[in-house]
Amino acid sequence: MASLKLIGARPSPYVNRVQFALNLKSLDYEFLVEKFGTKSELLLKSNPVHKKIPVLIHDDKPICESLIIVEYIDEIWTSGPPLLPSDPYDRALARFWAAYIDDKWAPLLRELRTAQEEEEKKRVLDQMFQVLIQLEGAYRQCSKGKAFFGGDNVGYLDIALGGFLGWMKVAEKLIGVRLLDEAKTPALVGWAERFCSHDALKDAVPTAEELLEFAQKHFMAKPPTPN
Amino acid sequence: MAGASSDLKLLGAGPSPYVNRVQIALNLKAINYEFLEEKFGSKSELLLKSNPVHKKIPVLIHGDKPICESLIIVQYIDEVWTSGPSILPSDPYDRALHRFWAAYIDDKDLRTAEGEKAKQLAVERIAEGMALLEDALGKCGKGKPFFGGDNVGYLDIAFGSSLGWLRATEKLAGVTLFNEAKTPGLVAWADAFSSHEAVKGVIPETDKLVELAKMFKARAQSQSAN
Repeated sequence: MASLKLIGARPSPYVNRVQFALNLKSLDYEFLVEKFGTKSELLLKSNPVHKKIPVLIHDDKPICESLIIVEYIDEIWTSGPPLLPSDPYDRALARFWAAYIDDKWAPLLRELRTAQEEEEKKRVLDQMFQVLIQLEGAYRQCSKGKAFFGGDNVGYLDIALGGFLGWMKVAEKLIGVRLLDEAKTPALVGWAERFCSHDALKDAVPTAEELLEFAQKHFMAKPPTPN
Repeated sequence: MAGASSDLKLLGAGPSPYVNRVQIALNLKAINYEFLEEKFGSKSELLLKSNPVHKKIPVLIHGDKPICESLIIVQYIDEVWTSGPSILPSDPYDRALHRFWAAYIDDKDLRTAEGEKAKQLAVERIAEGMALLEDALGKCGKGKPFFGGDNVGYLDIAFGSSLGWLRATEKLAGVTLFNEAKTPGLVAWADAFSSHEAVKGVIPETDKLVELAKMFKARAQSQSAN
């Protein structure tokens, strides 16, 4: 049995990505939880360049950067459905949209969290909806009518976006705006439901409760006023 | 099997290191292609149609399918044209290392800045990156000339494509980024990479890039003065 350790924390979308991949490949691993605000010796030693989670340690060798880890997992554990598509063009598309998510989506989520003025929030939200509409198009193109970006099975691009589902739901609770909206991005709404109820994934998607608690503890001066 | 010229088009421009990456990869695989030069300051219909999301070069058009983002294109080339030398290493851990450092290079700001203090800080930042890459060269190359070992590989392409502009920066800012004493491995690597068959003639001459940089700066200054 391979020695697998994952350094991370459940509130991190990037860590979730790796957990999804490990679960889809039915891999056992030791989850070494990093406390928010501190960095363990092992983390600093394993990822001296960025000092960030997730880090996968496979037989004492560290692999860093969530999407690089997902490709690594796919390349080592080849039994079970592949995470990357087999066709090179489909692979290029999956990588393109995953990079798009990291470049466009992730920063907007951060901006939304720190936005103070209502006008700023609105501006960020508008941009977020634009991104989601692009991703709706990507979903239609990549899924070819099937359940996931990867087709019949959950794949690399599902994982790349799926990492953010927990926080998308929390954002809705915190700001009262539904990000995945039936009217704007109906295909993504269906996809999100299927992703979150998938046997291998449902326990790895953090619950709204645990993320709200995390957000209240670390990101807010006072608890949000109830709607 | 080399692709027919009509089947493969590369939208790009000579001075772009991102475009150079794709050119080097195509050369390594001995693939013929049509180079469609984008004029600086304007975007062709074909570019806007092929890369509507980012509207940027390079775009590789294979048949009628566009592939965007330089490193994604390089991986695509490696996966489609499997005869000819491999660009990604075969071992998954080595692949992860190459991908990690290529991402590092794309995230790292390799430009210097104006003003003595800002320039000094920028040089320190670049030097820090060079030290890490010197170490990576040892780990990935294992004593061989390239990050890919005996052959030019993914990380060589990712980093080597910026050599032209790094050298231009040395001249423009009057700094030394490739230091024989601090990063001897990288100095030797830079030579080996630049003189490789697949690279020769791709990266523009340093003096040409220096001229281009001066022209961009003059243009930007005259625009802000208006």
